[in-house]
Amino acid sequence: MYMKYRLLLVLSSSILLGPQCQAQNTEVNIYSERKEELIQPLLDRFIADTGIKVNLVTGEGDALIKRLEIEGRNSPADILLTTDVARLYRAKSLELLQPISSDELVNAIPANFRDGEGYWYGLSLRSRVIVYAKDRVNPEQLPTYEAMINPEWKGRICVRSSSNPYNQSLVASMIARNGIEATQAWASGLVKNFARSPRGGDRDQIKAVAVGECDIALVNTYYLGGMLHSDIDDEKQAAEKVALFWPNQNDRGAHFNISGAGISRSAKNQDAAIRLLEFLSGDEAQAWYAEMNHEFPVRPGIAVSDTLQQWGSYIADDINLDQLGQYNADAVRLMDRAGWK
Amino acid sequence: MSTAVDLIYPTIPVRTGMTRHIYAGTLIIVTLILSLPLFAVISSFLIPVPDIWHHLLETVLKEYVLNSLILMLGVAGLTLVLGIIPAWLVTMCRFPLSRTLEWALLLPLAMPAYIIAYTYTGILDTSGPVQTLLRDFTGWQYGEYWFPEVRSIGGAITMLSFVLYPYIYLISRAAFIEQSICALEVARTLGCGPYKTFFRVALPLARPAIIVGLSLVLMETLADYGTVQYFGIATFTTGIFRTWFGLGSSAAAAQLSALLMLFIAALIYLEYRSRKQQRYHHTSNRYSTLTQKRLRGKNAVFAGILCCLPALLGFLVPVIFLIKWAWLTYGKIVDEQFLSLMWNSIMLAASAAVIATVLALFMAYGKRRISNPFTRFAVNLSGMGYAIPGTVIAVGVMLPFAWVDKLIDGFFRTHFDYSTGLLLSGTLVAVMFAYIARFLAVSLKTVDAGLAKIKPSMDEAGRSIGLKPSTLIRKVHMPMMRGSLLTAVLLVFVDVLKELPATLILRPFNFNTLAIRAYELANEERLADAACPSLAIVLVAIVPVIYLSRSISMSRPGHDYSA
Repeated sequence: MYMKYRLLLVLSSSILLGPQCQAQNTEVNIYSERKEELIQPLLDRFIADTGIKVNLVTGEGDALIKRLEIEGRNSPADILLTTDVARLYRAKSLELLQPISSDELVNAIPANFRDGEGYWYGLSLRSRVIVYAKDRVNPEQLPTYEAMINPEWKGRICVRSSSNPYNQSLVASMIARNGIEATQAWASGLVKNFARSPRGGDRDQIKAVAVGECDIALVNTYYLGGMLHSDIDDEKQAAEKVALFWPNQNDRGAHFNISGAGISRSAKNQDAAIRLLEFLSGDEAQAWYAEMNHEFPVRPGIAVSDTLQQWGSYIADDINLDQLGQYNADAVRLMDRAGWK
Repeated sequence: MSTAVDLIYPTIPVRTGMTRHIYAGTLIIVTLILSLPLFAVISSFLIPVPDIWHHLLETVLKEYVLNSLILMLGVAGLTLVLGIIPAWLVTMCRFPLSRTLEWALLLPLAMPAYIIAYTYTGILDTSGPVQTLLRDFTGWQYGEYWFPEVRSIGGAITMLSFVLYPYIYLISRAAFIEQSICALEVARTLGCGPYKTFFRVALPLARPAIIVGLSLVLMETLADYGTVQYFGIATFTTGIFRTWFGLGSSAAAAQLSALLMLFIAALIYLEYRSRKQQRYHHTSNRYSTLTQKRLRGKNAVFAGILCCLPALLGFLVPVIFLIKWAWLTYGKIVDEQFLSLMWNSIMLAASAAVIATVLALFMAYGKRRISNPFTRFAVNLSGMGYAIPGTVIAVGVMLPFAWVDKLIDGFFRTHFDYSTGLLLSGTLVAVMFAYIARFLAVSLKTVDAGLAKIKPSMDEAGRSIGLKPSTLIRKVHMPMMRGSLLTAVLLVFVDVLKELPATLILRPFNFNTLAIRAYELANEERLADAACPSLAIVLVAIVPVIYLSRSISMSRPGHDYSA
């Protein structure tokens, strides 16, 4: 009698609830901070190559982490994909990720762009650089991030809000390199040199430089790439008036962040998830990041698009990326104190 | 209409003891369930985070509060002007375009605030077409002339007012239409000029309705994240997310949200108290045909321009630029997937609208019939979600859902050695729940206002001539409520259509809406690509907005609009 009920319950619930709770090894579920537009085409290729089904939810990084945390061991997510390393660090410290070992990933990705214990792996690189007005600025004057607080830049700098994670990670990297006090002084000095109070996104900073509202700005490289290929003429023209400068080339190198991914602790489709990460670090996918969104490949030796080539070679800061996560909250507090809105 | 009556009929309480208790019990249980996300937010106070509060108090909190207050005051002032004056003019006067403006003034309702913010930035920015034209025309360089900055607190006030004034317009126009013309005529015969009649009689009579609209506007202003974040204005809401994402403390973020909620509750209570002393009733139910005064000459031109401006700036100008951008990009953005986005958006918005309205009816009737402090509090509480940013509500929805899922899963694991996984989390049920928790305020306030028009004496009269409760509802209540119910359905529909954060975080795999598509592209700063989905939102929303406007025009008792 008891057995009968038990069978009935299991049967009826599995019909009612459908495929959601049936673990299939032929699919992977992703929580992605990368926008659909910037990941789906790659996933489509993976599906075509392997026959593994990929399900995607996109959203804000921290909101997705919260969802993963609340869902706990029942979470359907296999992969957490983020656009900045601090989110991966946060997910790792909340024990939402699990370490994986894959020779292919380890061989493909340089050690400083992946977690030492294998909790997360970088998939593309995003650098925060200086852009300057070609007609008004001599790039010789622009050696480092640190030099942006010199008096000659008073009223000439544009940068977006300190709520932006890329600003937070840049400041976190400076805390890691120069210490809190020096960075506090730097942030306060930078705020004094602002041409206007922070507003808009990175593209807006580039436009402001183009039009003369300021002379230099801190932006991520791919926004400049996107503007150079924009459908709107104004954007294209604005982008052509500015040039990219790689800061700190004589010391630690330019600041780099990653977009990357880790496998969730609750993952039910581990093998397929690892295969997807391997695919995303493979030749085809790496070239695609550069081609479609002007991001740099995390793998050395990948041919990059003309746009990226014309920006020249660079030295990247080889900081341990974990530190960007560790100092994220400190960076925010520091910027609050500096009055960086 | 009869199906709707059948749907609503079971929710009407009868005055017999037992059913009354059952009704009251259900009412309280339903409101408590709907308030779960709010409790989840409030419960964050159990986790003390003194060092974060110390930091906030020392550095940015003052600015958050100040900016939010300025934003609220500014939006309140501007929406009142943009809403009430055109409402009065198109209701009482005839002038060129006035018939078209009656519905055109509602169109900005179809525009999500962050889209209008992105669009106007594109238009008015230093490198945008307007300033470029100005420079080409005059030969000035940047910095040699003054131009208003869009991305400022003034800009945010303007953007939000453009899309929010229709609430005031909608509600105050309905109020003006319903006003007994006798009161106005008496005022005129007592020697009041048109201005004095407006300020001394019409406006005070419409005040309760206008306050309802204003409270919706203010709640939406406080919950707005997209616009202020893009404009770089540190408000209370951006502070919530900065605390959560940047400082990594979701507990402190939830505490900030709870404070925001308390603030709104206090405001609503204050308003309620201040209104208690003054009561405005129409003494006569005689409605003669509204004779609209025909304006001529200078007055007509002035009124026309005054009423055109909000619709022009809040709708036509941004739409023209969106069309221009969409023209450049539709080839790569509009594909077969696009239709499914539209379908998803419409389906979600329609179901949420119907559910929210039925629930609102259930609660409004409950509050009317079983009026004790407890039910009143319960009902008012469930309308508080509107002031809370969508992402925070979404987390509040996830917590109880995951709890239930864990309970069921645990039961099945221990008894049947079988894991049910997540049953409710990550489904459309969760999304729908979040919509109701957020937008119930809109339907509740609208239905409440409609129900208030039906005086208890009408019920008594109906009952005394032997009408059964069901007939009373069908013959008396429904005809009088029809406009309010429609308004509730359509307002929630449009709100859900534009809703972003809760959908984004709660939706199931591989499920997208137009709003998500527009946001993802705009957030990548690809304005031109975002134009197509934004236009699609506007197009879908326009249909109900126009319908709504027409039905209000026709709702005046004794007013034959076909003439």
